[in-house]
Amino acid sequence: MHRFATLFTRLDQTTKTNTKVAALAAYFREAPEDDRLWTIALLSGRRPRRTVTTTLLREWAAERAGIPLWLFEEAYPIVGDLAETIALVLPPPETRIERSLADWIGEIRALAEVDEAERKRAILAAWNGLETTERFVFNKLITGGFRMGVSRKLMTRALAQATGLDEADLAHRLMGDWTPEKVSFSELIHAPDPAADLSRPYPFYLAYQLDVEPDALGAPGDWAAEYKWDGIRGQLIRRGGTWHLWSRGEELMTDRFPELAAALDFLPEGTVIDGEVLAWAEGRPLPFARLQKRIGRKTVPKKLLAEAPAILHAYDLLEWDGRDIRALPFADRRARLEEMLADVPDTAPFLASPLISFENWEALAEARAASRDRAAEGVMLKRRDAPYRDGRRKGDWWKWKVDPLVIDAVMIYAQQGHGRRANLFTDFTFAVWNGNDLVPFTKAYSGLTDAEFREITAWVRRNTLERYGPVRAVRPEHVFEIAFEGIQESPRHKSGIALRFPRMNRWRKDKPLAEANTLDDLKAMLAAYG
Amino acid sequence: MTAPVLKSTDRGLYCEAGDFFIDPWRPVDRALITHGHADHARPGHARYLATETALPVIRHRLGDITAEGIAFGEVRRIGDAEVSFHPAGHVPGSAQIRVAVGGEVWVVSGDYKTAPDRLSEPFEPVRCHAFITECTFGLPVFTWAQEADVAGSINAWWAANAADGRISVIGAYSLGKAQRLLALLNDGIGPILTHGAVEGTNAVMRAQGLPLPDTVPVTPETRSKDHPGALVIAPPSALGSSWMRRFGAVATGIASGWMAFRGVRRRRAADRGFVLSDHADWPGLNNAIAATGAERVFVTHGYTAIFRRWLESEGYDAQVLGTEFEGEDLDARDDDNAPAQTGD
Repeated sequence: MHRFATLFTRLDQTTKTNTKVAALAAYFREAPEDDRLWTIALLSGRRPRRTVTTTLLREWAAERAGIPLWLFEEAYPIVGDLAETIALVLPPPETRIERSLADWIGEIRALAEVDEAERKRAILAAWNGLETTERFVFNKLITGGFRMGVSRKLMTRALAQATGLDEADLAHRLMGDWTPEKVSFSELIHAPDPAADLSRPYPFYLAYQLDVEPDALGAPGDWAAEYKWDGIRGQLIRRGGTWHLWSRGEELMTDRFPELAAALDFLPEGTVIDGEVLAWAEGRPLPFARLQKRIGRKTVPKKLLAEAPAILHAYDLLEWDGRDIRALPFADRRARLEEMLADVPDTAPFLASPLISFENWEALAEARAASRDRAAEGVMLKRRDAPYRDGRRKGDWWKWKVDPLVIDAVMIYAQQGHGRRANLFTDFTFAVWNGNDLVPFTKAYSGLTDAEFREITAWVRRNTLERYGPVRAVRPEHVFEIAFEGIQESPRHKSGIALRFPRMNRWRKDKPLAEANTLDDLKAMLAAYG
Repeated sequence: MTAPVLKSTDRGLYCEAGDFFIDPWRPVDRALITHGHADHARPGHARYLATETALPVIRHRLGDITAEGIAFGEVRRIGDAEVSFHPAGHVPGSAQIRVAVGGEVWVVSGDYKTAPDRLSEPFEPVRCHAFITECTFGLPVFTWAQEADVAGSINAWWAANAADGRISVIGAYSLGKAQRLLALLNDGIGPILTHGAVEGTNAVMRAQGLPLPDTVPVTPETRSKDHPGALVIAPPSALGSSWMRRFGAVATGIASGWMAFRGVRRRRAADRGFVLSDHADWPGLNNAIAATGAERVFVTHGYTAIFRRWLESEGYDAQVLGTEFEGEDLDARDDDNAPAQTGD
């Protein structure tokens, strides 16, 4: 654990990418194989199953620290992190226990098999044998949600440096539903595994938002354009008589979209499609909220299947006839995709997402401006001769989203954030005017700079009218421009509407309170864009 | 119960028997000042009284004021009140102020730190009936490491940066924290450069005989290549400012009690956060309060509501004393970084 805690500290103590990668690469060279495997797992969002509830952890920590539970509970939101709060309140350790990371995780997993008294004994013994950072790491392993400020991309790069293996190849190996319980380091990194290969997705290629005018991209003829749909990006794998559907977050969604099992009937063996899952009816996408109802479920009742039938809009072909064709130019991959889908009947839930033909950039700008009418978020630009890359990279793909919808709203409630944003008020509720009343209609958490968050935090502290637990009602004074991507009717909200991706676009210090928008303005937007 | 010795007013803490204020935030006729930090020593009062060691810095910051010095422990009569100043261990010259009226003794802690450093007069507990205590770090999550351990980490960080050919820049408040660091640093590692705000305070303290190592003031002509392996001490507000550009690629650190929180460390975007505070930690606050023997405790500056409830559960008659500040704000009212204090 000492080695892993040291790694954690080194990663935490720098904001520089190269230093992080170097620290991680050194760790991958030196650490025992099981620890390496678990580190890869933790940094790619895999964690041991929780075996002790946080309620018990809080009670035990308060008891060990000799403080009442209420005092612990008051300190927790101020620290902003449970694992850290526990690590900080405990008295210094009386002994020193040195065990490997994998060993500790084994111990934590074994707690599932024992009774509560034994769990408590084991946890208290661990706390009493670890110094503050090790305790924090240990608590994170129990409570989950470990973030170390290292993206999967940086982790993969470090692993490539340490092993001498190709980074893209490693990225592919680390995809899928492997767990450190079922695979060894060498199996994961070195050995071929036909069963895992059958379902393994390719790393998604992600685009940056285009932040210049498109003429900067050169000749329009070098580029293909298509609509950017507002659904769930997914990868459909059709191999070895089975099919799998992966989300961009590498979650297996196969069981949630049973209608796509038609892949077995209509798509040839050895096919991988990158596309967008959409709820679809009468030739156009249904609002995202309809699709959203299906996301939270492991299986789908018949009623939902009928209300929000799903289809896959295919963007790209990554595997054809069992061959990885990501290195081919987009134009070639796209041609093969169209050829393949030409044979699929119209009733099957697979469509090639249409390309937008455009002679010049002005024409594309017009198509983009009209994309909201098609229930799309804008357009995607793909260089015709570009391969399918992995991760978020600049150059060959760009998303060119429509300008967001905006509305000026009044801040009325504030709540503190967590983690990096602990102790700052970052979560706000906004309202619009309805006569002389302010009607709340959305929350927003992002869009301000750290300096602005500090400024509004100081203001909130001096202008709190009432407290409801962690939420504070503040004096209506500040107007913010709220940007959002879509607006829908919602019976669950007091205002009757729900926004898609709301965020704070600008702090309108220039705008008097009375000039914020009204509920009627919102309803007009709903009528136009809902 | 006897009449209160001190009471809270819109101008600050007031003693009726002596007709004076302690650390008032609006102009008054007679102000007793615990120490020179800007939220305690404000401009505009007709008369100031502070310890002889605190006064030079207060004059340096406030300019031409009518002020008188007092020795630690010296008892002075003001009206019907007896006052004396006692070391608070916060920064050099910082005091707790004891006020006795007709046998009733109250003590105002000002800001204080119970662990010794190498410059400030060490904190002395003062017996009293009522204790008005700050509680900036009044939560059980704050326990400071030994000063020598923190010094070891800072020196090791500096030495490693020097070996990498990088200048180290550490953000520390210009009065108190900066000089405390100077006393902790191993100046064998390299030269120590100072921001003008820090150097101004250094000059005042050197003139009054405090032992500070040699420093090189940063000027517009300063080039980092002339000072290889240097460590620069600057107010936290200078970190990331254009002032920093002259040093090229640097390693940055901040020394503050708030660095105990990972969230704050990460948000500040300095490479390193060193947990070094001039305030008492949780054990320090509790020990200090117990040592006064006071039954009544007024809490101010910090997590007042929580700390009051804790003290009550420990058997004290505890109340919150309002101030103009709501001290729980980690960023805006960090003693090391308060906006009003960074300009000097």
